[in-house]
Amino acid sequence: MADVALAQRNAKSQVREASAWSQLKHNRNWLGFWFMVPAMAFLIFFLAYPLGLGIWLSFTDTRIGRVGHFIATENYEWLWDDAIFWLSVFNTLLYTFLASAIKFAIGLYLALLLNEHMPFKALLRAAVLIPFIVPTVLSALAFWWIFDSQFSIISWSLKHLGLISQNINFLGDTTWARVCVIFANIWRGVPFVAITLLAGLQTVSPSLYEAATLDGATRWQNFRYITYPLLTPIIAVVMTFSVLFTFTDFQLIWAMTRGGPVNATHLMATLSYQRAIIAGQLGEGAAISSAMIPFLLAAIMVSWFGLQRRKWQQGESND
Amino acid sequence: MQDFTRRALLQGGTALAATGALTGPALFEFAKAWAAESPWKAEPGAKLTVMRWKRFVPAEDDAFNAMVAAFKAATGTEMNVFSESFEDVQPKASVAANTGSGLDLAWGLHTLPQLFPTKVIKMNDVADYLGKKYGGWTDAAAITCKKDGDWLGIPVATVGGYLTYRKSAVEKAGFKQVPSDFPAYLELCKALKKNNTPAGFALGHATGDANAWVHNILWGYNGWTVDKDDKVIINSPETAKALEYAKALSDTFIPGVASWNDSSNNKAFLSGELYLTSNGISIYIAAKDDATKKDLADDIDHALWPVGPIGKPTELQLAVPILAFNFTKYPNAAKAFVAFMLEKENFDKWLTGARGYLTHTLNAYDASPVWTADPKNAVFGQASKRALPASGIGTPGEKAATAIADFIVVDMFANYCTGAKDLKGAMSEAERQLKRIYRG
Repeated sequence: MADVALAQRNAKSQVREASAWSQLKHNRNWLGFWFMVPAMAFLIFFLAYPLGLGIWLSFTDTRIGRVGHFIATENYEWLWDDAIFWLSVFNTLLYTFLASAIKFAIGLYLALLLNEHMPFKALLRAAVLIPFIVPTVLSALAFWWIFDSQFSIISWSLKHLGLISQNINFLGDTTWARVCVIFANIWRGVPFVAITLLAGLQTVSPSLYEAATLDGATRWQNFRYITYPLLTPIIAVVMTFSVLFTFTDFQLIWAMTRGGPVNATHLMATLSYQRAIIAGQLGEGAAISSAMIPFLLAAIMVSWFGLQRRKWQQGESND
Repeated sequence: MQDFTRRALLQGGTALAATGALTGPALFEFAKAWAAESPWKAEPGAKLTVMRWKRFVPAEDDAFNAMVAAFKAATGTEMNVFSESFEDVQPKASVAANTGSGLDLAWGLHTLPQLFPTKVIKMNDVADYLGKKYGGWTDAAAITCKKDGDWLGIPVATVGGYLTYRKSAVEKAGFKQVPSDFPAYLELCKALKKNNTPAGFALGHATGDANAWVHNILWGYNGWTVDKDDKVIINSPETAKALEYAKALSDTFIPGVASWNDSSNNKAFLSGELYLTSNGISIYIAAKDDATKKDLADDIDHALWPVGPIGKPTELQLAVPILAFNFTKYPNAAKAFVAFMLEKENFDKWLTGARGYLTHTLNAYDASPVWTADPKNAVFGQASKRALPASGIGTPGEKAATAIADFIVVDMFANYCTGAKDLKGAMSEAERQLKRIYRG
C-alpha cells in the first residue's frame, strides 16, 4: 500500500514538472513575456548596462585604460567637500533654472504669436526652428566669436557707436560669462519649446474660444481659462525635456568657455568630462556624473506624477 | 633640403610629392648603410604599427614620413603610421597597454612612458647609444623618461613655448630686450600697458599657454605642487609670493585673459592687439607665412622666460617621448626605428621641417641648422635644456600629468588674479585638489 502511495506521488510530481515547462511554452502570459524579451534585452544592453557601469565606475578608482579597484564611496567622500564640485552643482542649478524659465516664457510667447493667423505663417514657423537645426557646436563656436574678448562684434559695434570705450569682457568676467552661456542656451532651446507648445495650441478646439468670446471673455481670460489649462500636459512634457537637456548640457559650455573663467561656468557634465577624460580619472568623473542622477530623477518625478493627475491634464478642480 | 621643405609647404605638401622627393637616393643609401651597421637588426618580416600625435606643420610630417619610408626600404620592415590628436594619444596608448595589442610604438606627450612602466621595452641600450653619440641627453628629457635608472622610452623632442613679443613695443617701453629677472619683467609689462601695447597671458583653461607662464612664476619663487616624496606642499609662503607677483603682472594684461584658450593669444597677437605673450613658435610662423604680415613678422622676436628668485630657469615645456610596448613581436625593429629617427642624417632635416616647433633633447643638436637658419628660432633651441619636468621636483608620472590636465595650478592663479578668491582661499583650494589627486 505504501508503495502504491509513493508511486502515485512520484507520478504526480512528474506531471507537475512537465506542466511547468509547457506552461512556459504555452501559457499566454508567458508568451507575452517571450515577445517582450527582445525589447527588454535591447533596453538592458543599451540603457541599463551603461547606466549600471557608470555607477559601478563611480565606486572604483578606474583610470583611462586601466582597471580600477573597488573603493566604496571614497570618490563621493572626496567630492563632498570639494569646493569646485559644489560650485559646479550651483552653476548647473542656476543655469538650468534660469535658462529653462526664460526658455519657457519666450517659447510660450512665440507659440502664441505663431498660432495667430498671419501672412507667411508656414515660413515663419519653419524659420523659428533654425537655431534648433544648427549643430550645437557650430552655434557655440559662433557665440564664442560673438563674445570673444578681443573680437566681439558686440563690443566692436558699441565702441563704434561711442557707447563704450573698452571691450566688454564677456567670457572673462564670471557674471558676464554666466549670462553669455545662459543666453546661448536660451537661443538654442527656445525653438524646441515654441514649436512643441505650438503643436499643443493647435489641438485646442476653436469652438471653445468662440463660446467664451460670446460669453464676453477677454483675451486674457481666454488664455487663462482655456488655453493654459488645456496646454498643461504639453507644458509638463516640454519642460521636463527642456530641464533634462539643459541640466545635462555639455557642448555649448565646452566650446565657449571650457568651464572658465575660474570654473564659473563649469557644469557637472563639463567637470565630469574634464576629470574623467582629460585628466584620466574615470572613477571620479563617473561619480560626478552619477551625482546628477538624483536631480534628473527629481525632474522626471515631478512631471510623471504631474502627468498622472487629471487636474493637470484637464484643468482646474477636476481631481 | 631646406629648399625642398619650403617648396613642399607652398605646394600644400601633398604626401605623394613629399615622399617621392624626400626618399631620394641619398636618404635611402644612408638608411641601407645604417641598417647594415646598426646594433639592432630588424626581425625578418617585421611589422610595426606606430601611433603619433598629429603634426603642427606639414613639413614636419613630410620629413617624418620620408624617414619612415627610408627605414622601411632599408630594413624591410612594414610600417603602419597613424596620427591622433593630442588629447587622444594617451587614452589610445592606455587601451593598447591594457589589451596588449594594437600598437608597437606610441609617440605621445609629457610622461607617457611613466604611465605603464611594466608594459614597455626598456630602452637603455638605445638611450646609451644615442646619448654617447650625440653629447648626452638634457636633464628634463632624461627625468621624463627614466624610472629607477631604466629608460622607459626615448624623449624624441620637446615642444618649446617661450615669450613672443613685438620689438618695437618693447623698445618704446624703454627696454632693449625682454628682461630676464622678475622685477624688471614686471616693469616692462607695466610700461607696455601704459603705452597701450599690452601683454597678455592666458588664464583660462589653455593647456599649453596658461600652464607655461604660471609654472614659470610658481617655480621661479620656489613654490611647488608636491615635494620629492609627492607630499602636497602648494600651500606655502613661496606660493603666496608667486601669486602676489602674478597678480601684479596680470593687472597689466589686456582684458579678457581669463577666457582665453590656447588659440586666443595667437589671434590677438596676429591682429596687432597684443604685444607680449607666451606661445610656441606658431605665431611667428603664421606671420612669416602670410605675405600681408611681413612687417609684423619682422617686428616679432622671441625671448626666454625670466628667471625668478630661485636663480635658475624654471620652464614647463611639453616633452614628446616615444615608447615601445613589450608585447610587440619585433622589439629589435622597434628599437632600430627609434634610434634611426634620432640619427643626425634624419633628425637635422626633421627639425628643419618642424621649423622650430620641435626642440631636440640630445645636446649635439644645439648645432642643428634650424636654430641658425633664422636667428629668431634660436630661443626655442634651448627649450629642453632649460625645462623642468612637468612634475616639478616631484615624481614624474600619472599624478603629475593629471594635476596639469586638471588645471589645478592655472585655476589657483586665475582665482587670485581675477579676484574670485583671496590668497588663502586660492591656495587652499589648490591644496585640496592636489590632495585629491595625490591621495593613496
